[in-house]
Amino acid sequence: MSVVVGNDTRLCVSGITGREGTFHSLNNRRYGTQVVAGVTPGKGGQDVEGIPVFDTFHAAVEKAGANTAMVFVPPRFAADSILEAEDAGIGTIIAITEGIPAHDELRVFTHLQRNPNVRLIGPNCPGVLSPGKANVGIIPASFFREGNVGVVSRSGTLTYQIGNELAQRGFGNSSIVGIGGDPVPGSSFIDIIALFQDDPETELIVMSGEIGGDAEERAADFIADTVTKPVVAYIAGFTAPPGKTMGHAGAIVSGSKGTAAAKAEALEARGVRVGRTPTEVAEIAVEILGGA
Amino acid sequence: MDLLEYQGKQLFARHGIPVPTGRPATTVDDAVAAANAIGYPCVVKAQVQIGGRGKLGGIKVAQNEGEAREYASAILGMDIRGLTVHELWIEEASQIESEFYASIVFDRGAKAPLIMFSTRGGMDIEAVAEEDPAALATLHVDPLLGFQDFHGRRLAFEGGVDADLVRPVGAFLAKLYAVFVAEEAMLTEVNPLIVTPERDVRALDAKVTLDDNALFRHPENAELRDLSKEDPQERMAKERGLTYVKLDGDIGILGNGAGLVMSTLDVVAQHGGAPANFLDAGGGSKAEAITQAVEVILSNPKVKAVLFNIFGGITRCDEVAMGLIEAFNQIKPTVPFVVRLDGTNDVEGRRLLTEANLPGVHPASTMNEAAAMVVELAATGAPA
Repeated sequence: MSVVVGNDTRLCVSGITGREGTFHSLNNRRYGTQVVAGVTPGKGGQDVEGIPVFDTFHAAVEKAGANTAMVFVPPRFAADSILEAEDAGIGTIIAITEGIPAHDELRVFTHLQRNPNVRLIGPNCPGVLSPGKANVGIIPASFFREGNVGVVSRSGTLTYQIGNELAQRGFGNSSIVGIGGDPVPGSSFIDIIALFQDDPETELIVMSGEIGGDAEERAADFIADTVTKPVVAYIAGFTAPPGKTMGHAGAIVSGSKGTAAAKAEALEARGVRVGRTPTEVAEIAVEILGGA
Repeated sequence: MDLLEYQGKQLFARHGIPVPTGRPATTVDDAVAAANAIGYPCVVKAQVQIGGRGKLGGIKVAQNEGEAREYASAILGMDIRGLTVHELWIEEASQIESEFYASIVFDRGAKAPLIMFSTRGGMDIEAVAEEDPAALATLHVDPLLGFQDFHGRRLAFEGGVDADLVRPVGAFLAKLYAVFVAEEAMLTEVNPLIVTPERDVRALDAKVTLDDNALFRHPENAELRDLSKEDPQERMAKERGLTYVKLDGDIGILGNGAGLVMSTLDVVAQHGGAPANFLDAGGGSKAEAITQAVEVILSNPKVKAVLFNIFGGITRCDEVAMGLIEAFNQIKPTVPFVVRLDGTNDVEGRRLLTEANLPGVHPASTMNEAAAMVVELAATGAPA
């Protein structure tokens, strides 16, 4: 098993004819993901190395049976593309695009929330990798193999760092989900942790958070109330100065709320162990699961 | 992006929010001309983004031209909590009967705009919220529905305003919401929102934070500047499209991806070091971007050692290595570098660095080892 993407993923890529879109679509296909379609308005009828391109998501769903969308278009077109995918009946939308205006994200989130059959991952995320099954996004898959650790993270490269530390100790992953570093992520830690809780293959959940917002604090409450599997957390940004945006649009500390220390404290108060470095996260995983 | 008070007021005025008449000035003569045009008494206000400017001498009421000149000379160039005053806002003096508070915040937790209103304005609103939570009326607006008249009425009634002010306060909040949406703000705050003896409401202050990601739709806002806040290194980085935040320490940091860079700062601090900056070279950085990033990091004279922490996904380690080699050709750094390369094309990247044999460049195989090495190098001041 895996979460979000897997063997039944049929991917349609919005922005497939762009340089990055083509590169990563082919990369995902090489990994074994079923990339069944692409969407670029005005380029319907063309193909990208055999992947048919359609003018609309509706055509991609109807003619190619797409059930998952990856959005790779520039920020000014991204909200529209996500809404189109949802309108076409796509159930899983993974938005890689970085730099989408916050008010666009808010409108998209509010609209999608009213449709119980759709899940948005991202935006501004590295995508989702279910090792051995499917890779949708830009996660370098060669570092990860199948296993029992589910990873959910706000940051891409930090996910690779933590995943690599786990891999060096022999652990594989059920799925690795990048939820993204923006102020309004489509899916929260809670959404993904709930999926891992129900996923029979996942035995340990690793969540990697960072300064800003209160998603980690909310996750702490959720874990204490409903999660029976062990959870290990990491929080980045202990040395971040207040009031400064640290790269991710969401990573800004305002006052005392949203600091790394407050998040670590909230998690630990609810019984979630917090590693102080990515290495320590892997060491805690070894303690919990035993050497893999 | 945070706007200065006068920039926020000009934005408000464009959307029909009543604000006192005023003019910005960057020289004493301009300030005096503005004061003469506005008439006396008028207020000379320092334009820096620091709360409590007034108490620190940054706001003065001038009764005549002589005072306007005196206050403008005193305030321009003044240091207010580390920020130098480069701009003034000269404004007509307002008659104040009461002071209220109003704000709209992009509430990430609730994923909706949060409107707050209180009749206890003119003071620290966090203190009000703490002492007397009932004095702060709040509600969330459905972003797809937008602001409705009843939102304004509810906030005004729950805030406890006089009956004759319910309508004007509601109308004011509606306009504040319109600014929030139209200009794509993360915050619009008015403290104080004043009531005049004529029973009009107007914004006596303006605090506006705009969404940087939306500036492409608002070219006129993208032009706004805060001279007091601009740091030369941060400006240099911005011009090159790098995400750079200056910090107080002496260890330069470069990484790819915001989360990994934040984590790198933490790990360096845990080893007893003090980072000089946050620099995210971004995903898919090419050699040229790396060279420019090195230039930005080294333009801070406090930097004694530099740490590269790269975990390549879409970033290729060979590109990073080529960028560093080119930086050594162009800039000839004199401080030591510690370089940790993992991920896409890492073997090739390490090979390039070994062959280049750059002076003072030390390879590290893990993030922890790299942090320990760079802290040691910064402390001893010489390659180990």
